[in-house]
Formats: sequence, structure tokens, C-alpha cells
Amino acid sequence: MIGYVLRRLFLMVPTLLVISMIVFTIIELPPGDYLESYVAELQSRGETVNEEEIEFLREQYGFGEPVLQRYVEWVWGMLHGNFGYSFEYRLPVADVLGDRVLLTVVVSLATVLFTWIVAFPIGIYSATHQYSWGDYGLTFVGLLGLATPNFLLALVLLYLANVWFGTSIGGLMEPEYLDQPWSWGKLQSVLEHLWIPVVVVGTAGTAGLARRLRANLLDELQKQYVTTARAKGLSPGKVLIKYPLRAAMNFFVSDIGHLLPTIISGAELTAIVLSLPTTGPILIGALQSQDMYLAGSFLMFLALLTTVGVLISDLALAALDPRIRLEGGQAR
Amino acid sequence: MKPEQIPSPGRPLPHFISKEPFEHAAASRLTPEQERYYLASQWQLMWWRFKRHRLALISAVFLALAYGSILITEFLSPYNLHARHIDHIYAQPQSVHLFHEGSFVGPFVYGTNYKLDMEQLRRVYSEDKSKIYRVRLFCSGEEYKFWGLWKADAHLFCVEKGGTIFLLGTDRLGRDILSRILSGARISLTIGLIGIAISFTMAIVIGGLAGYYSGVVDLIVQRIIEILQSFPQIPLWMALAAILPVTWSPLLIYFGITVILAVLDWTGLARAVRSKLLALREEDYSTAARVMGAKPKRIIFRHLMPGVMSHLIASATLSIPNMILGETALSFLGLGLRPPITSWGVLLNEAQNINVVALYPWLILPVVPVILVILAFNFVGDGLRDAADPYK
Repeated sequence: MIGYVLRRLFLMVPTLLVISMIVFTIIELPPGDYLESYVAELQSRGETVNEEEIEFLREQYGFGEPVLQRYVEWVWGMLHGNFGYSFEYRLPVADVLGDRVLLTVVVSLATVLFTWIVAFPIGIYSATHQYSWGDYGLTFVGLLGLATPNFLLALVLLYLANVWFGTSIGGLMEPEYLDQPWSWGKLQSVLEHLWIPVVVVGTAGTAGLARRLRANLLDELQKQYVTTARAKGLSPGKVLIKYPLRAAMNFFVSDIGHLLPTIISGAELTAIVLSLPTTGPILIGALQSQDMYLAGSFLMFLALLTTVGVLISDLALAALDPRIRLEGGQAR
Repeated sequence: MKPEQIPSPGRPLPHFISKEPFEHAAASRLTPEQERYYLASQWQLMWWRFKRHRLALISAVFLALAYGSILITEFLSPYNLHARHIDHIYAQPQSVHLFHEGSFVGPFVYGTNYKLDMEQLRRVYSEDKSKIYRVRLFCSGEEYKFWGLWKADAHLFCVEKGGTIFLLGTDRLGRDILSRILSGARISLTIGLIGIAISFTMAIVIGGLAGYYSGVVDLIVQRIIEILQSFPQIPLWMALAAILPVTWSPLLIYFGITVILAVLDWTGLARAVRSKLLALREEDYSTAARVMGAKPKRIIFRHLMPGVMSHLIASATLSIPNMILGETALSFLGLGLRPPITSWGVLLNEAQNINVVALYPWLILPVVPVILVILAFNFVGDGLRDAADPYK
């Protein structure tokens, strides 16, 4: 098992390396750089441009250096916990990220939990009551959740939460708790606000997961051991829980590789609409103002989050299911 | 055998001889229906199977109508795309009436009274029951250029001179929402089709190579797919969309966005192609083709692809909604299409503010066609997937 974990960790290195190349290419592609747009902005405001300052900045952040060298320096810096410097915030990227990374992780984890809790019973019900009205109804509601754009659902829910519960609009906590140390009241306020993004982001993932669970469970239910179990007189509930559900559980854990990118995508988008203090709003700002180190580090962080999530799910799966062989056979 | 011919218990049965001529193939003879079934081509079978999925059939008809409507958008919409009605800014949807004070008049709309509420600083519109404007079908209204080529002024419906008909209200510049939704369909619906065409081609070529050659090519393609799939899609779309230069013309931006959507979408399809090809490659007919000296290109496209095609079309249909939603999301954030192009996402961009939901809820109506189209694509895709393998 330890060997397997180590090998998987080792395999993550080339993956992350390729991702870093893609990310770096993307943030390098736009013509011009942050300093150019900064100078243009200063000039448009009629301020004098301090040539020396610009030259100093150019020197400092290595804008003049060849692309390859900057890439190597960027990656090297990240390995040492130095994520570069955000030009817009005039702060190291790590300081801008700060709390937001934590909150992104919190929102994503809460959404995964929500998705599981909702999708699990729905999937089981639809599979055991195939082609019943309940099955059709749930499938339809799920599809509706899949078809509604996240951001719009966020807006409507936000409005309703404000009208019905008096929850303040936008953000992840009441304004008075901002910049306060963590306390019971703050936690409560966060929980009060958390459900909207969680529900909004969760709807799309839930529908997909419930449908896949239904399909998987249906496959299991048609197998012979289920007939055998039924024939020897087990009660229907016990038949379901004892065998097919356990097989479907594996799928549940392994499916996180599908679920996580969807959820993080949705979380970014929803965060922008709800102006949550997570990574979404900053990412879009950084992309628009060519604040390349900030944008690049964000994208890397999101990729890392998914890769680690997939790794954890694979490890959990290996622990859960004795049939999975750790020694690599060619998978086809 | 008639009841009276049955002998009492214990007695032997009477000898029975059929007078009809003997036919040795009677058991294997097919009824006309069976014959039709066995002789039908694969596509014929798929069509029969598809027809059984009612919801898919209805959805397919709906989609056909929606795509048909984008050919005659100008005729269907009551007003022009950019026509402003300065006296009707943020006007709420008008309703069509049939009866006026208890007597039948036929379809008509009332005039509107406009008042500025200085306390809440908003425009208040009310129905003016003294004015009646009849709604007419196939009439001439605002002039437009059909397909940007010919001048015309025919509309499906319009209202008598002096009246206005805003069935879904107007936006902040007093433009008719219904007309804008109808022309938004042009962009939003085609972006999915063009995008899927691009990603379909990429998937067939890349997945086909990986599946046919396996080995190193397969390994590399597999890794690329894994990496692309592990990346959250929307942030990557956002990053790519931010690259598009602001100076590009609207048409170029449109194609740029389509390509961006497609570039990240081919992975799932390519995987399906690859795994199917891996299986089909081992079939005897593929070996036969190879032995006869066919080139890989011919084997892949002539012999293997037809076996994969039906599955591919089903999966492609299921990934069109993803693209439509992607465009909507990007435009909503202001990273995708920008005015003057009108897509459903651009329209929803106006509804970005919570105040809009509270004060002018009709501005979020463009989401209705988005939901309907995506549902329809999902149902059609479901039906196609069930029908894809008619021999099962």
C-alpha cells in the first residue's frame, strides 16, 4: 500500500508539470504585459510616467528575460512557496490568496458533502423504483437542475434568501464579521450564508451523480447474486444494502474524479455572482488585468486541488475495495 | 378440433390428416413485419427505436422548430434587434386580451400609461383601458433587412399604429425582449453546433489514432486527456477567453469563443472513440482488411468508423448543452461575446445585478429558452443513446 501511495505521488509530478506548462502558456499568450497596460492607464489619467520606476519594476520582475527562463523561475519559486508577486495588489500572491484558498476548499468540500447526501437517496430510489412516477419526477427535477445555468439560480436564491430570511446579500458572512477573528457568531453567520453557494453549485453535480448512481445500481441489481439472495429469502431491504449497494459505494468514491472539476468550476462561477470571498472574483480580475502571476498561481492551485482530490479518492477506493489490484495491470 | 370430436377419456384420438399441401419452410417463414424488420438497415432500426422514446421525439421536433426559427428570425420578431423605444424603458410584459368590458373584440392590447414614481425613483407603467390596439397577423411593420440582404417589412404579428406590443417587456434601453431572445437564438444555437463540429473532428482524429495504433501514441493521448479532464473547465475557459484581443471584430470573437469551447470539449468523445476502436480493431473484418493491404487511414475511416458513428452522434448530442451553457456563462461574466452581438448569455449579462431580479424580473426571461433547449438536447441525446445499438 505504501509503495502504491508513493508511486501515485510520483506520477503526480509529470501531470502537474504539464499543467504548469499549459497555465504558463495561457498567461503568456496575450500581447503586452501588465507593465504596458499599467503605463497606458497612468498616461490616460494624465499622470506622468516615472520611467525609472517602470524600468526598476521591469528589472525586478524579469519582464525582459526570455520566456523559458521566466517559466523555470516561476516553477522554481512555487516549489519554494514563493508564488510570485501580484502587480495589482502590490502584495506577494501568497498574501492575496490567504484566507480565500481556505474558503474555496470549505465551499468545495461542503458542496461535495451536499451532493453526496442528496444524490445518494435519489439514486437508490430511482434505481429500485425504475420507471415509476417517482423515478420520472426525480429524473426530471435533476435534469432541470442540470439545465439551469448556475449563476442565475444563484441570483434567484440570493434574492429569495434575502426576502425570506433577511440574509445579507453577497459575501460569505454578515458585514460586521469581516476581518474579525473566528468566533461562534462568525461561524454561525458563515453557515447561514454557505448554503446558497452549496445548493447552487450542488444542483448540477447532484443531477449527474444521481443519474450515474442509478445506472450503476441498475446494472448491479440485474446480476445473478441478487436473484440468489432474493431466492434464499432475504428481505428486499437487506438484499439491497448487503450486496448491490456496497458495489455501488465504490463507484461513489471513485466518481469524485468527475465531480470535483465540475464543482470547482461551478464554485468559481457562482462565487463571482455572489461575490464570495473565494478565488473566483479575484481570478476573473487577475485575468482581465493581465496580473499574470496571480492568475497563474490561481489556476495552478485549482488544478492541484483537483489532482489531490482525485488521488485521495483513488486511495480511498483502493482501501475500500479488495478487488482492486494495486500492482498496475494494463487497464483497458 | 371441435369439442364434439374429443373422445371420452381412455379412448384413442381419431386420426387427423391435414388436407393442405405440405410446406417444409413453414416454421422459418417470416411474417411481412418480421421481414421488414430483418431487412431494415441499421439507421432504419435506429429510427424505429428512437421513435419509441416519446420525450426524445417531442424534443427533436422542438429543436427542429428552434433551429428552423433562426432562419426567419426577422419575420418572427415584432421589432428590430436594436430598435429603441425611449418612452418604454423597463416596461413590464404586456398581456394580450380578447374581451373589452365584456364584449369580444379579438386579440388586442391596451395602451400604456407611464408615470415616474419620484419616491422610489422607478418607472411605473399601467394599462390605459381607454385605448385599444388590435393585434394583427402577417402585417407590415418595422422595416428590416432580411438576412442582411433584402429589404422587407413583413412580420408574423404586430399591433395597430400608435400601440406597442412588448410581450416579454423591454430592457434598460427600451428594446423588446422577445425580439432580442429570438435573435439571440441565432448565436447561442449555432455556437453549439459549430463547436461540436470542431470537437467531433478532433475527437475522431485523435481518438482514432490512439485507438488504432495503441502503444506510445495511445499512452500520450491518454495522459493529455487525463490532464485536460482534471482541469476545472470554467476557469480554463475564462483564462482562454481573456486572451482574445479586445480589438477583434464581433465575428472573430464569435469564432474564437467557439474554438475555445471546442478545444476543451473533445476529450470525452475522443475517449469513447478510442475504447470502441480498441475493441473493433480485433474484429475479423479489420484483420481481413489489413491482410488485404489496406492503409491505416482506410481501415480507420472506411471500416472502423461506421461502427462507432452511432454512439458518437449520441454522445455528441449530449455534449452540445455543455457548450451552450459554457457560452452563456462566459458571456454572462463579460468574457465571452460582447454587444452588439446578441446571444442569450449577452442578454443575461443585463440581469447580473440582484436589483434586476427584484425590480425587473422579466429581464431574466432569456433563461427560459436556455433551459428548454438544454433539456431538449438531453432528451434527444438519451433517445439516441438508447437507439444507438439497435441490435441489442
